[in-house]
Amino acid sequence: MNIVERFGGVFLLPVAIAIIAFVLIGAPSSWLTLTVAGLAMGMMLFLMASGLSLVFGLMDVLNFGHSAFVSFGAFVAASVLAYFGGWLGSDSIFLNIMALVFAIAAAIVFGAALGWFFERVIVKPVYSDHLRQILITMGALIVAEQLILATWGGTPTNVLRPAFLEGTIIVGGSSLEVYRLFAFIVGAVVYAGLYLLLNRTRMGLLIRAGVENREMVEALGFKIDRLFIGVFMLGSALAAMGGAMWAGYETLITPALGAEMMVIVFIVVIIGGLGSIQGTLLGAIMVALMQNYVGFLAPKLALASNMLLMMAILLWRPYGLAPAVK
Amino acid sequence: MSLLSLRQMKTDIGQYSVLHDVTFDVPEGGVFVLLGRNGAGKTTTLRSIMGLWQPSPGSVLFRGEDITALHTAQIARKGIAYVPENMGIFGTLTVDENLVLATASGRFDPARLKRIHALFPALEKFRDKQAWSLSGGQKQMLSVARAIIEPRDLILIDEPTKGLAPSIISAMGEAFREISETTTILLVEQNFSFAKSLGRDMAVIDDGQVVHTGSMADFAADTALQDRLLSLSMETS
Repeated sequence: MNIVERFGGVFLLPVAIAIIAFVLIGAPSSWLTLTVAGLAMGMMLFLMASGLSLVFGLMDVLNFGHSAFVSFGAFVAASVLAYFGGWLGSDSIFLNIMALVFAIAAAIVFGAALGWFFERVIVKPVYSDHLRQILITMGALIVAEQLILATWGGTPTNVLRPAFLEGTIIVGGSSLEVYRLFAFIVGAVVYAGLYLLLNRTRMGLLIRAGVENREMVEALGFKIDRLFIGVFMLGSALAAMGGAMWAGYETLITPALGAEMMVIVFIVVIIGGLGSIQGTLLGAIMVALMQNYVGFLAPKLALASNMLLMMAILLWRPYGLAPAVK
Repeated sequence: MSLLSLRQMKTDIGQYSVLHDVTFDVPEGGVFVLLGRNGAGKTTTLRSIMGLWQPSPGSVLFRGEDITALHTAQIARKGIAYVPENMGIFGTLTVDENLVLATASGRFDPARLKRIHALFPALEKFRDKQAWSLSGGQKQMLSVARAIIEPRDLILIDEPTKGLAPSIISAMGEAFREISETTTILLVEQNFSFAKSLGRDMAVIDDGQVVHTGSMADFAADTALQDRLLSLSMETS
């Protein structure tokens, strides 16, 4: 094992990107602001992409409709936050937090229920047929967008934020948005929870084994289709949670949100490697840091930078940085 | 009554008919060997028994019960374990995780684990290592160990000696002999000397049909029959 691998191997890549950006940006306060923004965005991308990665890895399903869960999560959360508008503007942090908890919980529950429907009605009939999966899930994404349009209208929806998450704090001359720090903490907690689920529970063991070899898991006596639907619901709930967090981050959302996020979510999953939670986190952080740094240094290259990053990584590691199956 | 009976089993894979008429009985106890040339349908037979490919028509009877239409997981829970040709180990899981996954309760029975470690000492030495880092022989040991971590009535083993060093094959043979004292083994094997040393009963499959059944001792003594049914594709050393 060489020294790079001993200290984290590919997981050092975000650090390398941050160091290079530090040199190029020159101003430490700007760099810190961009880095915190990148980490927060990375955590939200992780929430959106982790379910897709697991579903892709475990079920071999190309779900182009995954970002519909992100959109619905964002709009459901926005509606709940609007309903509790009085609590959000209150001086009571408890009421602030409760409104936020209700909004995120509603997005999660809605995402899980939608995931159940999606898996049973749309995805199940096209297992093991990638072409039909792409067509039907793309179609489902369009239908979802139209449903959002019909329900919430075509004008951008304003998303209220709890008062305690408004504003900035100054650290070392850098201005850091409180919401971004909050998003980072939420993402880190969810990652820790997923990590424990996958590595410390029997269900997690089954999921990890199923990502590698579904057939063998069945030959050991486990019906994997039950696991499929559980993972699909978990993945869609996480995507909806990511959408809810993203709505608070953007504060203005449109029905096209899902389609806009779809490309970047797929880039994250491909960079990280299929079926791997660690890989998804790594991919999400790299993509978000890159987008923020390049957006500052050369704004016109911001989106292209992630495409270039993906191409470079696929040339180096065709299965992504940390795929679940070795 | 036989432990396992296959009756006129026919299996199609896509547009290809792989098994046309597979009929034989596996008695309880010992090692039953299924021999045949490459592509004869041996692996398909095992996979059809496990429900990984659906035979139609035909039937698979296990202890007299028709298990043909059951889901693979239900067949496994009847007490049938499967060791596939590619070993089917989970590379990113540790050795112990591979084994514990195959237990019904999620916990090891200490006595069984001790027996497995006695059979395959490498699995105790490397119990916290990820399975992908094991050698080919150790992976095969893990695959077999996973099949016996719970009490089973029947273990289907597909070409366990393929690509293994002679010393590992010898150790594997010893392990199979011990396992077969308590569990019936249906073994698909190309290495005839290995198969001969273990088998009590046998069948030969050719072009998707069973063309011979009988005792291994009789078959081993009849070189003309071996030559006619197995040709030169079988390893004889």
